[in-house]
Amino acid sequence: MRGQEARDQAERKAVMATLAQSTGDDIVRLWNEAGLPSEAELLRGPETGLVTVRGRIGGGGAPFNVGEATVTRATVRLASGQVGHCYALGRDKQKARLAAIADALWQDPNHRDEVETKIIAPLQATQASARERRRAETAATKVDFFTMVRGED
Amino acid sequence: MYVAVKGGEAAIANAHALLADRRRGDRSVPALRLDQIVEQLALGVDRVMSEGSLYDRELAALAIVQARGDMIEAIFLVRAYRTTLPRFGYTNAIDTGAMLVERRVSATYKDLPGGQLLGPTFDYTHRLLDPELAAGGDVAEPLQRPGEAEAMPRVSAILAREGLIEPDGEMPQDHVPGDITREPLEFPMARDIRLQALSRGDEGFLLALGYSTQRGYARNHPFVGEVRIGEVELELDVPELPFTVPLGCVRVTECQMVNQFKGSAKAPPQFTRGYGLVFGQSERKAMAMALCDRALRASEFGEDVVAAAQDEEFVISHSDNVQATGFVEHLKLPHYVDFQAELDLVRRMRAEHDARENAGKAEEKREAAE
Repeated sequence: MRGQEARDQAERKAVMATLAQSTGDDIVRLWNEAGLPSEAELLRGPETGLVTVRGRIGGGGAPFNVGEATVTRATVRLASGQVGHCYALGRDKQKARLAAIADALWQDPNHRDEVETKIIAPLQATQASARERRRAETAATKVDFFTMVRGED
Repeated sequence: MYVAVKGGEAAIANAHALLADRRRGDRSVPALRLDQIVEQLALGVDRVMSEGSLYDRELAALAIVQARGDMIEAIFLVRAYRTTLPRFGYTNAIDTGAMLVERRVSATYKDLPGGQLLGPTFDYTHRLLDPELAAGGDVAEPLQRPGEAEAMPRVSAILAREGLIEPDGEMPQDHVPGDITREPLEFPMARDIRLQALSRGDEGFLLALGYSTQRGYARNHPFVGEVRIGEVELELDVPELPFTVPLGCVRVTECQMVNQFKGSAKAPPQFTRGYGLVFGQSERKAMAMALCDRALRASEFGEDVVAAAQDEEFVISHSDNVQATGFVEHLKLPHYVDFQAELDLVRRMRAEHDARENAGKAEEKREAAE
């Protein structure tokens, strides 16, 4: 049972990560195509604030504060009772509201599949291909050292 | 002394209208859009984010255009904006080892796991102005080299296996990271607070200090163990959820500087380190920060503090360009009353001086006559 709960949490976190990393435009477009309900009771926000980003001394040592980043958050409640949250970098309030609704709908067994297939899967595909392209472009700049052979033979 | 001065309101309003006009410039030239600045002046945007200490590309771009390209003014605008927002919390510390690397080079190891990735660098360009760029021609897509993703451990971890380098900087177990945005600076300060100040410090100031250590003012024999640039994910603990919330990714530059150290009574000979971590793509700043971090650790290693770069109070108190420009630029604001007081004083001193001189001359004359 506890294993199931942990899996659910990990899946929900992955959904939130996908939404946070997406552009507001992509979310709105997919939302309109999916025809998912976009109304929900706003419990908080959307509101913009700051988080202080922490790094580690030497990369892996004690934490220190690097600087701030803008974050926008929203909390919504569906008529069916599920409460959804969003925290995402930037100041896009529409994105935060829709992402919070997506989080709430994902928790509703009647909507989870629809959210997964129509919103999350396409966003993940876009992100995966962007990451892969970035990685491959960087890989093309890798230095391939070779040794110059000197001498008679 | 500050005294309220009335008047000049119309002049100020008209000056600001003139500023808006000059900022816009020739109306027959299209106005810049923020996305053009974000995309095409990306490193300028990164500098404003780093020294403005606020990661938000669009805001940094807006600040740059509002400041007419004056970077320190743009940084000032961003700093001022920050103070209007509530704070949601501190993120978990980022893991630069898990970075989606866009550039990674080491000057200490040729063959290291993950390899040397040059990325989008100015290095090895010929620094010749490009007339084709002025003509606005099309740019080819970059090449891609598909393949398996390789792990890219930090170079410091490789050296650590041999025990020849000091570990990543640790703090006492119960140490809470200091925050210069919450508490005033106090000297001497812990290394974590120093690093926060350096990360938002002025690039030019830190560059000059770093350079000074290379020229012999607190020489510490640096090597770039590694510079890496790329995106890392941010996560935040919030009370309403039982797991850490992913916020999205930020691009950072990290520099691991490796420095000589001959050892002391307490520590065996080993490499010591300086660390740099800044928002955006800015390896010059990250390297300068790492040089300054190492120089400022002088007393930790029992080194003599003989140079400016080692003087914590000097470096940290003067590294913030918003504070610096505020104090320097305030000199041009009205000081009429102060100056009147000074003027009166100089007049009085001059009168006394002249009186003494005349008295002396009269005395000389009298003696000569006698």
